[in-house]
Amino acid sequence: MRLKATLAGALVATLVSGVASAETLRLLTWGSYAPEEVIRLFEEKYPDIKVEVTFSNNEEMIAKLRATGGAGFDLAQPSHDRIYAVQMEYDIYKPLDLSKIDTSNMEPKLLDGVKANTTIDGNVYAVPHQWGTSGLMVDKTKAPDLKSWADLCDPQYKGRTSMRLRRTILLGTAFAMGEDPFATYADLGKYQELLDKVADKLITCKDNIKAYWKGGDDLSAMMLSGEIVASETWDSTAFKLYSENQNIVFVPPETGALAWIDTFAIPRKGAADEAAYKWINFVLQPEIVTMMSASTGALASIKGAQELLPADKQAAVKAAFTPADIDNLKFFANIPPGVEDMEGKTLEKIQAATSN
Amino acid sequence: MSSGRDIRRLSLILLFAPFTLWIVLLIALPHMGMIVLSLREKVAPRVYEYGLGNYIAFAQEPIYWNTLMRTGSMSLLVTVLALLIGFPVAYYIAKIAGHRTRGALFLIILIPLWVSDLIRAFGWILLLRETGVVSTLLQWSGLAGGPVEFLYTDATVVMGLVYTVILFMIVPLVSTLDGMDNAMIEAGYNLGGSGFTVLRRIIIPYAMPGIVSGCIVTFMLTAGSYLTPILLGGKNSSWFTEQIYDQFITRYNWESGAAFGFLLLAFTSLVVWIGLKLSGQTLASTVARS
Repeated sequence: MRLKATLAGALVATLVSGVASAETLRLLTWGSYAPEEVIRLFEEKYPDIKVEVTFSNNEEMIAKLRATGGAGFDLAQPSHDRIYAVQMEYDIYKPLDLSKIDTSNMEPKLLDGVKANTTIDGNVYAVPHQWGTSGLMVDKTKAPDLKSWADLCDPQYKGRTSMRLRRTILLGTAFAMGEDPFATYADLGKYQELLDKVADKLITCKDNIKAYWKGGDDLSAMMLSGEIVASETWDSTAFKLYSENQNIVFVPPETGALAWIDTFAIPRKGAADEAAYKWINFVLQPEIVTMMSASTGALASIKGAQELLPADKQAAVKAAFTPADIDNLKFFANIPPGVEDMEGKTLEKIQAATSN
Repeated sequence: MSSGRDIRRLSLILLFAPFTLWIVLLIALPHMGMIVLSLREKVAPRVYEYGLGNYIAFAQEPIYWNTLMRTGSMSLLVTVLALLIGFPVAYYIAKIAGHRTRGALFLIILIPLWVSDLIRAFGWILLLRETGVVSTLLQWSGLAGGPVEFLYTDATVVMGLVYTVILFMIVPLVSTLDGMDNAMIEAGYNLGGSGFTVLRRIIIPYAMPGIVSGCIVTFMLTAGSYLTPILLGGKNSSWFTEQIYDQFITRYNWESGAAFGFLLLAFTSLVVWIGLKLSGQTLASTVARS
């Protein structure tokens, strides 16, 4: 009987959330992208809107929206390279009404880049929010000369480096081998050849790796405890550690750090578009950007975003990037259909290979 | 008369309704959906065809095979270890401990279950990492010259899994052994049997249903576990559930993920069936008596 009551309760809850009124903004976003303070200020400004946040990551965001055909959330924040193919395949977003978004203050380079990446049949599906890079994190005192993706495999750091076994390291290693993986996206046969070479390289490299990190927390623990001296990393994780230990710095690889842009996209069956547009415009205001960046560790996609960073993050960014590094950024190219499968197989091959 | 029977029938229906709802809504329907999903193949964006492609892809890729076999053999090892460690514990609780200590012992064994898998895995990480408690203690006491890394090996995974599932071995064993009359053991000794003979010819045969059902539960739980192998495992370790997660989430390939899920179910069912045949038990007898 109790089970039945629970079931009935669950059913009612589902029904109620299914017909959520325009007063609820259901946000599907990254762990740190909705700080309490920002939500409080937003709800103060728009008392009739209540914000509900679900934390996720790129893959799980897409899986969640795919399961419902784009229902259940009113605003999502996938990365710019994950929208085009996913939309073509699963149709989970709706076109944005750009007239409702204040784009005047956005950094034109990022806005145009995201628009170009996410336009389908003349409709734009996303605008930029936060951006950052993937590169290397190094303890200066123990690995001063490490500055390329390939240096993670340098035998002098044997057992003292780490990486995440995901697509970033495949792309980084390809760049370090002097190739341009994004250029071969057009010809998937060539990309497969490149992936095979990358896999061989990373399999030989396995001996050098202490462990593959799975999330920001275990990476931070390994780095702070000194168990590893260098790793592939998100810049935001490195910036956070910099405030605890100034010897740990972010190093953009010499072939260029890989840049991602997290965007705003509205799910196809989102039920609170107006509230979603209000949230987008709200969080891109300069005074909110500082709070947001303090939480995310990433830069907002508006003009002069670097000056709006909190002081400690500004210092970390200055310690990491020169203007030349910024020019050298490699933005992730749109992932064409099929590439996820090819990369997935390559990663499995690397994981399954044995080493000591 | 007849109204009494109606009431009895109605109460029977009401009694079984939640159970039937649970079986149909949460087990049968989702699995049927998964079977259909696993038989779909993507031929182009938004275009699917029915076929066995996902299962064929599994058969043709040795990596998947090896991972499944690895998961299966390590799960068997975990089951055996859990039985070897769990049996004496269960015997002590059921037969040797006094009435009052029995409850306390049982409680002590249950307590770890109140903490989630994730927290327990993190506990192990804190203890075993290179800069962790065990390594520091060893260095402090002079037993180790430098930091020792205990994490990221298959042995750690097996140990973590045994710790997680051993409870599910002990509980059915205790309840079976509890029902055993002490006179049977005494009679065994009176007839001149040694401790080993009594164990082999009286206790184990009596406890067989409990042993088998404990083994089934621990094996199924181990083969289907996700967090412990992922968190404690090293760079070479892979667990079949991780493959399923990767197919579903990072590769957006629900079709092949569903096929993998069924292969895991079929594989574990096969192992359990073989186990039942070898031990001469049936599912009905073990479930009924333990």
